[in-house]
Amino acid sequence: MTRPILKWTLAAAVAFAASSVMADTLKIGAVGPKTGPLAGGAVVTYWPNVQLWAHDVNARGGLKVGDKTYTIEIFEYDDQTNPAQTIAAVQRLATQDKADFILPPYSTGLNLAAAPIYDRYGYPQITSTATSDQVEKLSGQFPNLYITLGSASGIVNGLVDTMKGLRDAGTLGNTIAMVNVADAFGIELAEAARPAFKEAGFEIVYDTSYPLGTQDLSPVMKGAKDAKPSAFIAFSYPPDTFGLTEQAIIEDLDVDVFFTAVATAFPAYAGRFGAAAEGVMGIGGVNADDPAFQEYAARHKDVTGNAPDYWASAMVYSTFQIYEQAIEGAGTIDKAAVAEYIKSHDFDTVIGKIAWDEHNNNPAYWTVGQWQGGVFRGVASTGRDGAVKPIVKDGWK
Amino acid sequence: MDILFTGLLLGGTYALIALGLNLQYGMARVINLANGETLVAGGFGAYWFFTAQQVPPLLTVFLVAPLAFALNWLIYVVVLRPLVKRAKSRGRIEVDMILTTFGLSFVAVGLMLALFGGDYFSYSYLARPITLIGETYALNRVTAFLGAALLCVALWLWLYHSRTGMSVRAISVSPESAGLVGIDVPRLAALAFALGGAITAMGGALVSMFLTLDASTGVIFTLKALIIVIMGGVGDIRGTIVAALLLGVLETFVATVIDPGLTLASAYLLFILILLLRPQGLFGRSRT
Repeated sequence: MTRPILKWTLAAAVAFAASSVMADTLKIGAVGPKTGPLAGGAVVTYWPNVQLWAHDVNARGGLKVGDKTYTIEIFEYDDQTNPAQTIAAVQRLATQDKADFILPPYSTGLNLAAAPIYDRYGYPQITSTATSDQVEKLSGQFPNLYITLGSASGIVNGLVDTMKGLRDAGTLGNTIAMVNVADAFGIELAEAARPAFKEAGFEIVYDTSYPLGTQDLSPVMKGAKDAKPSAFIAFSYPPDTFGLTEQAIIEDLDVDVFFTAVATAFPAYAGRFGAAAEGVMGIGGVNADDPAFQEYAARHKDVTGNAPDYWASAMVYSTFQIYEQAIEGAGTIDKAAVAEYIKSHDFDTVIGKIAWDEHNNNPAYWTVGQWQGGVFRGVASTGRDGAVKPIVKDGWK
Repeated sequence: MDILFTGLLLGGTYALIALGLNLQYGMARVINLANGETLVAGGFGAYWFFTAQQVPPLLTVFLVAPLAFALNWLIYVVVLRPLVKRAKSRGRIEVDMILTTFGLSFVAVGLMLALFGGDYFSYSYLARPITLIGETYALNRVTAFLGAALLCVALWLWLYHSRTGMSVRAISVSPESAGLVGIDVPRLAALAFALGGAITAMGGALVSMFLTLDASTGVIFTLKALIIVIMGGVGDIRGTIVAALLLGVLETFVATVIDPGLTLASAYLLFILILLLRPQGLFGRSRT
């Protein structure tokens, strides 16, 4: 009876001793939705990158900080897509788990909800899935909050410019049907888009919103079709991105530009619609021909079993790389010193160089992408290399 | 005309979501808050069989049904029946059931996350237009509507024209008196609960042809199902069918004629009106 127990105790003791000699561990917190309305997006874009990053860092032996080496251990919390839970989890990580660093939460709303807690405990918060038009105000309030994914107005301007280009080339008409999901994300983008389209000389012939979780979008698509637009723009969330596209195919919506927002860049989008996805525009994009991205995508698939999306996935991983480079660069795990290092340096990441403007904002990001030849390629950005020329949508066959 | 058709199609979807719950709540007296999770599991079954095995969802329906039946039977016998036995009053049963099935819904979400992952189950099946009287509709929605109609007719025939069906209705009216006339109440309650689960899972397989589901979307369907069941009258499937169709037509009417942003508001307005004017539901019996 006693021998196996003794054996296991001995083995555990040896393993423990070995690990403490070889490397210390750095406790890294991760908070994001595994359940709730945003879980479907987080499971594609956020969690696999947490897993991949921990794998990558530990596979190369850990973080080299001064003359010490740290392997990293991830503490994961599901916030159920509930801001109160995000706040509670960050607080718990800071005070009970004593995490050395906490990765940013997922989505605009949850990041902003938790920003005061990161700020209070002095954790740098380099967000990767938040877009905001209020970076100036935010950076004044929370000096260690960083925005990398861009702003609503940046994304809208990218879309308007892309469409202006097509119109000036004579391949796109002047009328737009615009719909949006009735929540913070959709409303903010639609409000930014209305004046921008008007100023560019476009005419919005159909403009409506629909509630989150609408089960039948066919009235929306029929209304849009009856207005006979030359472009269809939807600021949509994943289930409705899929739903609107399917209805467009069924109604055979004949437009030259078809744009849907979140999830258009997901591999599952092309997986579901196949050849019909060709020419569909969506929010985001990447430089799909960049070897750094391709190498990252291959590793993502190897380690997590799934391909990354063509927008925020690479950005999420890039912000984790910033933590990694800043901790090693600062040569300490002191939060204040690392925060100072982040503020004063540029970083080389899988999406390219990230250099902050005076508001802790990454000014160079992808705004519009398009499915071309089975790959979602960036067609417009605010200063990233590798944009391809947009094409007009040519039917749904 | 177009509004009526689109609305009826949506109503068919709602009937699929709510029929099973009516059996469980009305007949077995379990207000099953894990109803949406059963639906999502059925949808996942359809997704998995379609993408991994190339089995069309219309066939999967028949695979999912017995599985869900067996699983729900087990849940009833192992988890819920002891609560029914222990309870001293009908009110007590309802409270216990709400708490237990609320807990079960979390267990189900956790299990589905572990088994299927949190990704969207999204596939394309029968996403083709079909033209009826000059208007186009999605073939998969029309198919699901026909499935719903078949299920409703079968269920109605069973409940109103078979001896077991009559017994099930009897336990819904009064479990005590049903026991007195020789009806095996515990067995029939388990049957009604399991059948309700099977129907919900079949509905899930059908709606997954056109709705994008993920492991944690179940609660949306539970809410919708509860509203429909309560509007129609607890324990009467005719009420559920009428309420589902009514809701579908109303939402489509509002979305087309007024504004798609007001569909939810109009649905809840209808719900409030019915609660105010007929608290027992459209077809419900008032409790004495």
